[in-house]
Amino acid sequence: MTIKGKAYIAGAYEHPTRLAPDKTVAQLHAEVALGALKDAGLTREDVDGYFCSGDAPGPGPASMAEYMNLKLRHVDSTEIGGASYTLLAAHAAEAIALGKCDVALVTLGGRPRSEGMATGTAPRPRDPNQPEAGWEMPYAITTANGYAMCAMRHMHEFGTTSEQLAWVKVAASHHARHNPHAMLPEVVTVEDVVNSPMIADPLHRLDCCVISDGGGALVIVRPEIARRLKRPPVKIVGAGEAVKHLTGGTFDLTTSGASRAGPIAFAEAGVTPADIKYASIYDSFTITVVIQLEDLGFCAKGAGGKFVADGNLISGVGKLPFNTDGGGLCNNHPANRGSMTKVIEAVRQLRGEAHPAVQVKNCDLALAQGTGFQLATRHGSATLIMERE
Amino acid sequence: MTRKIPSPFVTVETKAFWGAAREGRFLIPVCTACGKAHWYPRAICPFCAGDKVEWREASGKGTIYTFSPMRRVKEPYVIAHVTLAEGPTMLTNIVDCDPDKLRIGQPVALVFQETENGQPAPMFKPA
Repeated sequence: MTIKGKAYIAGAYEHPTRLAPDKTVAQLHAEVALGALKDAGLTREDVDGYFCSGDAPGPGPASMAEYMNLKLRHVDSTEIGGASYTLLAAHAAEAIALGKCDVALVTLGGRPRSEGMATGTAPRPRDPNQPEAGWEMPYAITTANGYAMCAMRHMHEFGTTSEQLAWVKVAASHHARHNPHAMLPEVVTVEDVVNSPMIADPLHRLDCCVISDGGGALVIVRPEIARRLKRPPVKIVGAGEAVKHLTGGTFDLTTSGASRAGPIAFAEAGVTPADIKYASIYDSFTITVVIQLEDLGFCAKGAGGKFVADGNLISGVGKLPFNTDGGGLCNNHPANRGSMTKVIEAVRQLRGEAHPAVQVKNCDLALAQGTGFQLATRHGSATLIMERE
Repeated sequence: MTRKIPSPFVTVETKAFWGAAREGRFLIPVCTACGKAHWYPRAICPFCAGDKVEWREASGKGTIYTFSPMRRVKEPYVIAHVTLAEGPTMLTNIVDCDPDKLRIGQPVALVFQETENGQPAPMFKPA
């Protein structure tokens, strides 16, 4: 059983807002849902499968199904943080392959910016039933200093430098300048990044992604439905998922769950990293990109710093164009969850609808990679490979 | 450290640890079936799934696996993973240190720090 060729991404929509104090979270979910359905040429009545994650308000599928007045026969609210949407796209394909639904809707929405959330530098609230909570609360692990510990270890083991990490941001900024919705549309240099204020050593402010409101949605359908729609068909050809954790206190923080999710996805798709024309790589921080590129096999473990340097991720310049919308580093990181926009930009590239300045020529195979939760403790990882037909 | 240290949730699975910490003793969980120590502590061994895990007093010696000084807060502090002499690596803070002089591999020693409600929590300082 495979999902290869069993489902198509027929609709994709990214909310243009980056600051939405006048909208609720449920409203953002509904707006992106309607946007993606319109993009596909479908309506709310066509949806029979709904997929959401931890950003959906309240009990997730039930609340949102009621708010949008959907009539469903399949739901899934798997939560692996920011990686949930590459994963849910694959779960939607699985459900379609099994005949559990025909038109699957995946939504993301949130407003951490309006709510004044200190996304990176303050610890998140804890559930007393979380078994690891008591062992972490006194130490104030945050998103920023956790990922910083991974960067510190990567530098120690492989000689990765701050300047190499900075190239990830520089590449993203070269793409963001063409995106009218990008929060940070200015091109930055390696010097700008390494001279920006230190947040948690060795990560500077410009090594971090933006904090934004907004959302995005996907509509995934059976092949028969995709064929009668007008949008260019984007076929899902492979997916992999993994959860990586601290394994009882024996772990390596230079590797992410992508080292397991990636090979599963490549095997299912029957392709290799060298075949990928465009890659959307979750970029919560610059180090996140370096570690995932290594784990996915775009370069050897430890060689990620050299791989990303000197513009190698810039479309039209380097060997692996990445995050051509500007990514989380420069464009948008709605609800603090980046893998939805990763899939959306991959769809734009495969349709040939990315900004002409960053559109990859003959882009027929793309990958979207998500990492969710905390790279320095436990995280989810999900890889999605898509093909233009 | 001037930072207000949040107190940990104490559960039925972990109250023996936190009780010993109040007496200045640092315990780690060791599985009597496979003999391995693990972290974070739990009643079921993560390595062999055995349910006979016992608390043993640890040396309090370790080395820094990785760390990061948090700068963009009012009261800076150092997050770290420390590999204990007994094997497992634990999330903690490095205290009583110059953050700019810390390095990976550096030996560190246990020091209990009082949290907001008086419960001591295990942290480390340069040895």
